[in-house]
Amino acid sequence: MVMGDPGPGGKYGEYGGRFVPEPLMAACMELEESFRSAWADETFRFQLNTILSDYAGRPTPLTECRRLSQRVGVRILLKREDLAHTGSHKINNVIGQALLAERMGKKRLVAETGAGQHGVAAATAAALFGMECVVYMGELDIMRQELNVFRMELLGAEVRPVKSGSRTLKDAVNEALRDWVSTCETTHYCLGSVMGPHPYPWMVRELQSIIGEESREQCRQLLHGLDPDWVVACVGGGSNAAGTFAGFISTTANLVGVEAAGGAAISNGVPGVLHGMMSNLLQDDTGQVLEAQSISAGLDYPGIGPEHAFLASLGRARYETAGDGEVLVAFKLLAQMEGIIPALESAHAIAWVSREAGKTIPFGSTVMVTLSGRGDKDVAQVKDLLRGG
Amino acid sequence: MVADISASFPARPSPADQIVARSAHDPGTIETRLRFWRDEGRKSLCCYLMGGMSRDWLDILQAISHGGANIIEVGIPFSDPMIDGPVIQAASRMALDAGATPATVLDEISRVEAGVPLVVMTYYNLLLKGGLSRMAKHMSRASISGSIIPDLPPEESAPWIREADGSGIENVMLVAPTTPVDRARRICESTRGFVYCVGTMGVTGERDSLSRTAREVAAKVMSVTDKPALVGIGVSTPAQAAGACSIADGVIVGSAIVRRVMEGAGASGVEKFVRSLRDAIDS
Repeated sequence: MVMGDPGPGGKYGEYGGRFVPEPLMAACMELEESFRSAWADETFRFQLNTILSDYAGRPTPLTECRRLSQRVGVRILLKREDLAHTGSHKINNVIGQALLAERMGKKRLVAETGAGQHGVAAATAAALFGMECVVYMGELDIMRQELNVFRMELLGAEVRPVKSGSRTLKDAVNEALRDWVSTCETTHYCLGSVMGPHPYPWMVRELQSIIGEESREQCRQLLHGLDPDWVVACVGGGSNAAGTFAGFISTTANLVGVEAAGGAAISNGVPGVLHGMMSNLLQDDTGQVLEAQSISAGLDYPGIGPEHAFLASLGRARYETAGDGEVLVAFKLLAQMEGIIPALESAHAIAWVSREAGKTIPFGSTVMVTLSGRGDKDVAQVKDLLRGG
Repeated sequence: MVADISASFPARPSPADQIVARSAHDPGTIETRLRFWRDEGRKSLCCYLMGGMSRDWLDILQAISHGGANIIEVGIPFSDPMIDGPVIQAASRMALDAGATPATVLDEISRVEAGVPLVVMTYYNLLLKGGLSRMAKHMSRASISGSIIPDLPPEESAPWIREADGSGIENVMLVAPTTPVDRARRICESTRGFVYCVGTMGVTGERDSLSRTAREVAAKVMSVTDKPALVGIGVSTPAQAAGACSIADGVIVGSAIVRRVMEGAGASGVEKFVRSLRDAIDS
């Protein structure tokens, strides 16, 4: 079954798996077993749903974009993850993982972060559950996202700068894994996307599938029982897209993931192994991993979740790209047409829809876009870019 | 000839899995040598060097051999060395910046006579990208006897082992302090050359003292196999090496050597250090 349980090997076709050093195998197996049991436990699901509604602000609304729709010629509906607590969909995942960590008796969370959204969410969950939290963040991203660093610190987390490699998300994941090797008895690695070794790609997709389930029902209500023609989400590792697609996989909707042009693992990558998984990867001729380049720190990742690589190979979802320039235009467009400032990550999805309306997407289609996060964190960076700073 | 290794690693072991037929194989160069030394009552010293990290790395390789190492582990640099600490990360970076690739490291090795068996240590993506069959044959041409691929667990290792066995490369597997004993038994059945006992839960690097877990993991391994067991990760001084050898068949020292190379110790300085390790474990 596509987007079902990948089984004990964690395989999605040839992708996925668990490529970790032996010291981490026991921790990955313990995590898989704990998640399997928690996910089948009604009490756990009830606790999680209660926190998501009472604390994190779920369900998030579905917003019809009247002016933007008129402008581009397709009917655009936004799933408003930007309105969730901490400003992005990342909260869905961290609340689930923190609740699981508590159930497993772990008192400390480590996390990696790119744009800072997952780091802020992890720090938030740690504060809520009274846990210690260490967030690894690339030095380059720390400079790009100063405010999010301060947010994490305000929330009581320790932000550790990562100076190795490209000093971005990829290296932050390496550093978090290194931390976990020596601390896994007391520490849960709260991974932020549908990537990494099994069970993470599956577990994070399950925790994010609430986006797809809610929005499918919201669409049906609005569209008199029908599903949208197109479902679009941005993809770095791909967690908001995976959660969204999970709700629409058994509908006839066209599924589209939009990667940053400079980090397009599906378009430009080839299968390889990084961060514990087999997936598509930007790499050179000898297998060294390349650095992704994007205006958006959250999409600056040379790989992609293994299930996306699988969906692409099946042709069930298509993966497109948006470049930095058109993303900035989309960022302003959504702000000025709808009064919503999107995260730069989410603006990739908007950019692709506004470019392809009337081309790939026939005029008159209904398009549901997951707006994965809000753009407050990006305002300073965009100000510099627009003013030529 | 290899049975499907991954078949003996089901996610949930059942009692039947504990009776896995020992895969018959002829012990290769490494295992044969290590068993010989053990039978002689000697301990084995395995030293690590990052391939291509300095211009004189081949001289250093020979110096390590002259200093008394029994096996040399040669790193092939990878952009994302997940299990390595700061010292070997920096060495990887230096080697990559100097233009090292799997092909250059293997070609350069084939130009020297190391005098001891060589084991390649690298990450799986480089083998995948190079082609498993091609990489195994290239290693064989470079007189490499073994491989250690830390991010290739037994569940995923069947394709590589098929090629490695075919080219006479002994693929060494890891047992960690957290490895359950049943799993350790199956790993020890599948490993070739020796068992790499991960002495410390952590990344490669120097530690102030030999970890308590080193003793536990060595005891666990020796209770389930008679294949040679070497302790590595977190062993950095002659005293620690001697300590590790009192509980296992030998010891692996990496970061302590690589750090000396980075500090400019040169071939003679490294040889002196290796000799101090040798003397400590022989005394």
